[in-house]
Amino acid sequence: MQLDEFFVTGDPLIYGADVSIILSLIGIIFVLTKYKKWKWLWNEWLTTVDHKKLGVMYIISAVLMLFRGGVDAMLMRAQLTLPNNEFLDSSHYNEIFTTHGTIMIIFMAMPFLIGLMNVVVPLQIGARDVAYPFLNAVSFWTFFMGAMLFNISFIIGGSPSAGWTSYVPMAGNELSPGPGQNYYLLGLQVAGIGTLLTGINFLVTILKMRAPGMTLMRMPMFTWSSAITCVLIIFAFPVLTVALALMTLDRIFGAHFFTLMDGGMPMLWANLFWIWGHPEVYIVILPAFGIFSEVISTFSRKNLFGYKAMVYSMVVIALLSFIVWVHHFFTMGADASVNSFFSLTTMAIAIPTGVKIFNWLLTLYKGRIKINTAMLWSLAFIPNFVIGGVTGVMLAMAAADYQYHNTYFLVAHFHYVLISGTVYACFAGLYYWYPKVFGHKLNETLGKISFWIFVIGFNVCFFPMYFLGFAGMPRRVHTYAEDTGWFELNAVASVGGVLMAIGFVIIVYNIYYSIRYAERVKTGDPWDGRTLEWSTPAPVPYYNFAKIPDVHGLDPYWQIKKEGKQELDIEEERLEQIHMPDNSGVPVIMSVLLFIAGFGLVFEWMWMAIAATIGVIVTMIMRSFDPDEGHHVEVEEIKEIERNVRRKED
Amino acid sequence: MTQNSHSNFPWNHVIGFILSIALTLLSVWIALYTSLSITAIIWIIVSLAIIQAGIQLFMFMHIREGEGGAQVFTMVYSAIIGVIIVAGTIWVINSMMHSMSM
Ligand code: HEM
Ligand SMILES: [Cu+2]
Repeated sequence: MQLDEFFVTGDPLIYGADVSIILSLIGIIFVLTKYKKWKWLWNEWLTTVDHKKLGVMYIISAVLMLFRGGVDAMLMRAQLTLPNNEFLDSSHYNEIFTTHGTIMIIFMAMPFLIGLMNVVVPLQIGARDVAYPFLNAVSFWTFFMGAMLFNISFIIGGSPSAGWTSYVPMAGNELSPGPGQNYYLLGLQVAGIGTLLTGINFLVTILKMRAPGMTLMRMPMFTWSSAITCVLIIFAFPVLTVALALMTLDRIFGAHFFTLMDGGMPMLWANLFWIWGHPEVYIVILPAFGIFSEVISTFSRKNLFGYKAMVYSMVVIALLSFIVWVHHFFTMGADASVNSFFSLTTMAIAIPTGVKIFNWLLTLYKGRIKINTAMLWSLAFIPNFVIGGVTGVMLAMAAADYQYHNTYFLVAHFHYVLISGTVYACFAGLYYWYPKVFGHKLNETLGKISFWIFVIGFNVCFFPMYFLGFAGMPRRVHTYAEDTGWFELNAVASVGGVLMAIGFVIIVYNIYYSIRYAERVKTGDPWDGRTLEWSTPAPVPYYNFAKIPDVHGLDPYWQIKKEGKQELDIEEERLEQIHMPDNSGVPVIMSVLLFIAGFGLVFEWMWMAIAATIGVIVTMIMRSFDPDEGHHVEVEEIKEIERNVRRKED
Repeated sequence: MTQNSHSNFPWNHVIGFILSIALTLLSVWIALYTSLSITAIIWIIVSLAIIQAGIQLFMFMHIREGEGGAQVFTMVYSAIIGVIIVAGTIWVINSMMHSMSM
């Protein structure tokens, strides 16, 4: 292979990206060396098994990916603003919508939520870490390396261009030759390992590590939503793993699972993809529901209305989400009985979702509502998500879907559910839990400004798309003629897109601004919270709880506060040694090796793939023979730490 | 880590691992190198897959150690999802193939 085939050449945008990537790498290396931070980086972050630090790394990666996916989005809006625009050609446009969709779902939405789960779930259930801390580090690093593998495609070898759904035969060797589609397969495969492990890890954590007295029906709603999400992950992700593996066999080893010739079944790919894909959209919405429930209940200063109904509706959603997948390909030619069945199940799933909307509204009803940024995101979610849900039901009618399918109507639907559901929730969760981790709040004024700009921008950008859909504009087209009449609405949408970008920049700036200027919070409970995470100091000591709390009901910390027994008296309490897991370098090394193995398969350099795979196996063997007893934190040390973190509170 | 209760060496895991690999290789061999009819091949490899799933449940997944109710529930739930995925796929794909050939 020639060097100019290896590196993507010819496009000034890409040369710009090359330069900025190289400059930022040099910058990072320079800063780390100058301030002698390499050792710190390795000890404190790369080898950590602390769920809070892993959570923070998940969230930072997700914000980076939101930036990358956002740049893709801006490029697409720029191209579509004018008819017959020649800013991007069709193949470049195809690559951009493919990477945009894949990155936003797999490498932005899911990691952001999993990051929040990492930070919050053990604290909410009164645990000192997750059930398998080492595995948790493996999860993060495989996700991160999978994401990096996917992301380098646009400068090395070329990006995939068959859509985030990667339908065959489009994604097959004949129509998508070269490394691009392989990046999709291997990047998702490596990251998928991490997701599956997270699902297992957090389900076990939630089932087995709750503080004494916290029965299932006393768990905070975010913990409940995380548990159900884990069940979805455990059952859905293996299907993706298998589907990706089969397509990899097709493309790299000449198998015929999904090919047009030799008995392959192209439609089976679509089928398997959506058996995973529909649960996947619920994997990214259920934790969001959980976040909104926490925020709305805290700032309405009431307990959640209809706690049980919330739990049962999530259980029903989890079951139903496995029997609706065909609604993504009603038009592929199944007969009327199949389409009717899946139409009905799809409409049925709107019922439990609707139940939850009423629960939030009734939680707000007669509450003493406090408006702040986290609450604003949650309030904006309700009407916007209803628009997304109602248009979902319109799409669910198979006959009508023949009209809507693959038009901008569909694009508007899924952005209304994904952005006003998942993305608003990520921001709400960020503002809400940020002080717990970093010990200071994010600035409220900047927060509110960015909120208004982003939410207005979102509606200006995506509401017109419903009408573009009615006007017949198909999705995934790189340009349109003048006489289509699509120009005005597209121009409006692009203005909205720019507003969203401005909102995003302000949110990121706010993090920088608050780190520099915000005052430290004086207590671990800056919002007058209800659940256990607020009973710990901020920032949380690495062992979380000096003493595991006793739980006597829903909203345990609220109860403790009402009874007036707030503080843990470290001088009086009989504290005990705490057993904590040791750090380990194995997860990051194993994941780097997986990255190299994936990269080898992408370019079909078997020597590289085989060597790195052997390396992965060696790291697994190393881990198996490592007794890893962990270590104990002595009582004196705990007292010392607790005195320090709690002193500043008075 | 949970160990085999009788000896320190994880015999269950090793035997399970070897059996799984053997069954997989056997299916590959049957599918690629025998001249049985497609229907026969499908029936054989599906049976081998079910046997392998059983082996993994016993050798790796501690199916004999779980606590009554929860264990039964998870197994039934898994079985339901499995049946939905497999039977659903056959139903849907058959329907699409049928309408394509009309
Ligand atoms: C009220 C519940 C919902 C219903 C009835 C519904 C229904 C549908 C239907 C029928 C389609 C396929 C339309 C077509 O391709 O022509 C669809 C697509 C989609 N939905 Fe929903 N949906 C709902 C909620 C959600 C949620 C909560 C999410 C994610 C947070 C979501 C994400 C998506 C995505 C990403 C697609 C498009 C995927 C693609 O083709 O690339 N939906 N929805
Ligand atoms: Cu769906």
